[in-house]
Amino acid sequence: MKLLLGLAGTEESERALDEVIERAAAVGDDLTVAVVDREGVAESDREATRDRAVEHCEAAGLAADVRLLEGHPGSALVELAEREGFDRLIIGGGTESPMGKIELGPVTEFVLLNAQVTVTLVR
Amino acid sequence: MTRPVRTYPDEPSGPFPVPPASFEDREGRGIDLCAAGPEDVDDIVEMYVAFDPADRAQGIPPTGESAVREWLDTVLAEGPDVVARYDGGVVGHATLVAAPDTPERLAGDDAEPDGEAAELAIFVLQGYQGAGIGRRLLETTLGRGAAAGFERVWLTVERWNHAAVGLYESIGFERSGTDRFELEMAIRVRTDGEPPPVADATADQTDSTG
Repeated sequence: MKLLLGLAGTEESERALDEVIERAAAVGDDLTVAVVDREGVAESDREATRDRAVEHCEAAGLAADVRLLEGHPGSALVELAEREGFDRLIIGGGTESPMGKIELGPVTEFVLLNAQVTVTLVR
Repeated sequence: MTRPVRTYPDEPSGPFPVPPASFEDREGRGIDLCAAGPEDVDDIVEMYVAFDPADRAQGIPPTGESAVREWLDTVLAEGPDVVARYDGGVVGHATLVAAPDTPERLAGDDAEPDGEAAELAIFVLQGYQGAGIGRRLLETTLGRGAAAGFERVWLTVERWNHAAVGLYESIGFERSGTDRFELEMAIRVRTDGEPPPVADATADQTDSTG
């Protein structure tokens, strides 16, 4: 299966990365990781996130395509997933409020409402 | 992503009653509202284990006793908490958890706030909803919170839960302008003034909320 993982450099998306790598390596999925252009995040931090993703993939023996994705994170991910024919789009699936309530961010909301491909949220 | 600015109502609501208090609910049951803490954990766990998962909100209460205990350990250690008791058991629980507003999430006059901010959650056991318990539990929790210095309180609620949204609005919560999947509402609470008594629910206008 051809998977696209949207990576924001947050704790939730890092968790998603490790889960997806593990599974993709186990079943032989074709994985592309897109580091999104998150508001207020420096280019050097995005590059560090990309490098970390490359390292994690290599450590798992997975030859993944890791790239930087420009533009509004939600629409850029949805557009890329459709343009390159991905089977599934994977993103981090929410953070927790101080109370422990699960909260979904604006990128997640955009992707869920707009994606034409199947979306997986990783908790 | 940063969330948009959270706004609180300009006018404070309250003062609100404080526990302990007793009242008669719309079903004629004598309900006690009591301050609660870690020592009440077993009774509260019992309520949540019996809780209908259909009334969960954004993943809480968690399902299964061990997950409930783990969640309550955090919540009860933070406090303040108030429980509604009937016939020895807990039939409702409300809690405030400190949730400091970051400067960019505060607007205008709240850029340098006086009091503290907290997130609120409230659950009433099925079978005890729609009897005026939720309203009184909510009010006494805000009253207890005000005494502890919580001047600003917010919560999230599913936008389709009209009964809950109506209850929150009637108490003084307003939409805080940060809506996503869930609706966020906020209230400013008076921290001075004499707490009023808790009235019986038998004379309440009927509403469908807990």
